[in-house]
Amino acid sequence: MAKLPLEGIRVLDITVIWAGPYATMLLGDWGAEVIRVESCQHFPLYTRGVMVNPPWEVIKDRVGYGGNKKEGHNPETAHNTFLIFNGHARNKLSMTADLRKPEGLEIFKRLIRVSDVFVESNAPRVKEHLGITWEDLKEVNPRLIMLSLPGFGSTGPYKYYRALGAHQEGFGGHTYMRGYPDEDPTTTTTVYHTDEAAGICGAFAVLMALYKRLKTGEGQYIDMAQVEASIPHLAQGVMDYTMNGRVTERMGNRDYHGAIQGCYRCKDVKGKWVPGAGGEPPQEIVDTWVNITITDQDWPKFCHALGNPEWTRDRRFADHLSRLKHHDELDRNIGAWTRGRDNYEVMHILQGHGVPAGPVMDEKDAYADPHLRVRGFFEELSHADCGTHLYPGLAFRLSNAPNQLRLPPVRMGEHNEYVYKKVLGVSDEQYDALLRQGHIGTSYGPQGV
Amino acid sequence: MEQQVLSDVKVLDFTRHIAGPYCTKLLADYGADVVKVEMPGQGDPARKMGPFLKDEPHPEKSGLFLHCNTNKRSITCNLKSEWGLKVMKELVREADIVVENFRPGVMGRLGLEYETLQTVNPNLIMVSISNFGQTGPYRDFKASDLIIYGMGGSMNTCGLPDREPTKKALTAVLFSTGNLAAVAVMISLYAARTQGVGQHVDFSLFEAQMGSIDRRMSDLLAYAYNNEITPKEDPREMYAFPFGIQPCADGHWELSGIGGLWPGVGVMMDMPELINDPRFNNILAQMQPGHREEFYALFIPWSFEHTKAELVKKGQESGILCGPLFSMEEVLSDPHFHERGFWAQIDHPVAGRLTYPGRPIKAEKMPWIIRRPAPLLGQHNEEIYSGKLGYTREDLVRLGEAGII
Repeated sequence: MAKLPLEGIRVLDITVIWAGPYATMLLGDWGAEVIRVESCQHFPLYTRGVMVNPPWEVIKDRVGYGGNKKEGHNPETAHNTFLIFNGHARNKLSMTADLRKPEGLEIFKRLIRVSDVFVESNAPRVKEHLGITWEDLKEVNPRLIMLSLPGFGSTGPYKYYRALGAHQEGFGGHTYMRGYPDEDPTTTTTVYHTDEAAGICGAFAVLMALYKRLKTGEGQYIDMAQVEASIPHLAQGVMDYTMNGRVTERMGNRDYHGAIQGCYRCKDVKGKWVPGAGGEPPQEIVDTWVNITITDQDWPKFCHALGNPEWTRDRRFADHLSRLKHHDELDRNIGAWTRGRDNYEVMHILQGHGVPAGPVMDEKDAYADPHLRVRGFFEELSHADCGTHLYPGLAFRLSNAPNQLRLPPVRMGEHNEYVYKKVLGVSDEQYDALLRQGHIGTSYGPQGV
Repeated sequence: MEQQVLSDVKVLDFTRHIAGPYCTKLLADYGADVVKVEMPGQGDPARKMGPFLKDEPHPEKSGLFLHCNTNKRSITCNLKSEWGLKVMKELVREADIVVENFRPGVMGRLGLEYETLQTVNPNLIMVSISNFGQTGPYRDFKASDLIIYGMGGSMNTCGLPDREPTKKALTAVLFSTGNLAAVAVMISLYAARTQGVGQHVDFSLFEAQMGSIDRRMSDLLAYAYNNEITPKEDPREMYAFPFGIQPCADGHWELSGIGGLWPGVGVMMDMPELINDPRFNNILAQMQPGHREEFYALFIPWSFEHTKAELVKKGQESGILCGPLFSMEEVLSDPHFHERGFWAQIDHPVAGRLTYPGRPIKAEKMPWIIRRPAPLLGQHNEEIYSGKLGYTREDLVRLGEAGII
């Protein structure tokens, strides 16, 4: 049973930032050979960095997730140390070619001929300009499954709209319904649910197409608008409008389905430092939080867990409707109980009594979490430019397909020799010629040349 | 009936609530024969969850249930009864996939654990969805959408620095993790068909969220590589401009016109003099004290003169990355999704004709078809217990009286 489910499937990958790369990560994690086709002449913003060869001055001030590995920073290898990229790029290969040149396009089509899947998540004009649309490629390989993951789809009035994940969230109705009800919407933090949904749904689509191909032997084209993958996740909002003409507004952390719910402050904890931005010094964050959800049935267990304090017998909290009506006061009382406590301690006390609760975990908490350690969730990978670290691992387990993270986040052009010579059978002379012509490399050269 | 990609796949579905049913809905919508097993009397707890048609709580009028259970057939069965156990094993014999999201250990107590079901169907794929997985210290913990996101997702980085962090809207996290479970199903199905091997899938909502790609993955690497915890930041204090959510005539929109996009800002605002304005046209100038305020003193009044639709159109034409903050009303009336045929009109015998979110994937060779709406509770008892398994009407009466179906 050593074979992984998708072993033998070759995926070509021209994806950017998060959504497309997530889809191909899922395929690579489960055994597909995912080959990123990258270009030394074209730097896709936010994919392998915020700029080519970023100097230390730019890197040192980037906070958290948007940056690079800081220690040992070398501008010339920064494209291999970008956090956003290294988060998805495990279990993938990388080769380079300039698809704008005839020989580069020819190489790509030869790769298409020996591949099963092509995933691209670029603005629609990109594949049109490069000549790698489904119309261009379907004759090259009738068994090819091609997945396009543009923001809005390959048809429709917004086809050529350009947007980041944040803007896509707005089109789909998510941003409007998020955030504090008592603050201005300009305070709402960006999340990237659309990217997440699109990556997951994209992998689902490819897998269905592979399943179909087992029976028919045929490939196909899949057009998946990222925004459309996520609207079904907001079903309650859609249905309340279509059934009742009602617009769902911001609810903060309250439960849509009427449980008593909130995020409550726990005790301050010292020693957690967050980086400074734009030259500011690092600051210590001390606030910790716990999430609690209490249904009507669980209310007595909740009171019992707290030792049945006087306030729980207040008339305002006597029944479910009354508790909902006085949710703000209830929050103040719950918050007073949690405020002096460790958030993990609150989780254990409440869960011990059958009440759902869990800490808001920061990254330090995540890596130290006892449950994740027992489950072996984090795995060690060694990377030539970043060193050896623990990485978030597999999202689920299959009993007859033992699995682990195999390859570290791929460095640019790391597998040029393998792909050109072994997969395509290019001779040493041809390889050297392509190298001199600028196709083969391991970093970004002059752009657009 | 038109053949769909998963028309040859049979699923026995024990899931309830949101994540599990969304996983099996995706399979059903693409053709799978999904038989949903519900508790007699109450059925899936989601039937009691809103929004309700005309605010009337009714087990056949829950918008959540109606959306999450399209294309499924419903049978009722008390799984604790001897008859129930026997019949479930008969149904497992022909099923490709069993999906369940009971608390870990429940299937075992019912006599339906993987090891037993494998004896009935050696190549079975069983997907066990749970909050924290089938093993580990949190195995028996309860959860909610908020709790899973707070533990597994990037909630710690969302919200204002001096207030509580904020969650995603509605129950988005239960839907996305359910969506991922469908990926796990397809990976297992592919292995079954190509290698002839079944699986027991251990799917934990917590790990699905923690291992997912939104900001969280990158936050985790910031800690692994740099020992940095990612903080909450006030989005209004972003130093480069124009950036972020901005007010306008009919609500809000969001844009990024920073860095190389700056020249488009002057075009978008019909203020070409801004393009080369030395106060604004490079990042060092933008960081000078007062310059941000001066820019927004021009930008905000301009923004207030236009609607979201006008602003986004103008912005897109000028190469600015932007989007509106649509309410669901606006999403539902937007021409783009209508032109693409995204919405689905579905008739239901009790709820009537309603508009639902439609196909997430557009693929000519993999049609998304609503063959039947969400089922009434136990609607297919006769079809399956009598039609398929040969029980008589009198049998079903006796079983109903005993509360077994």
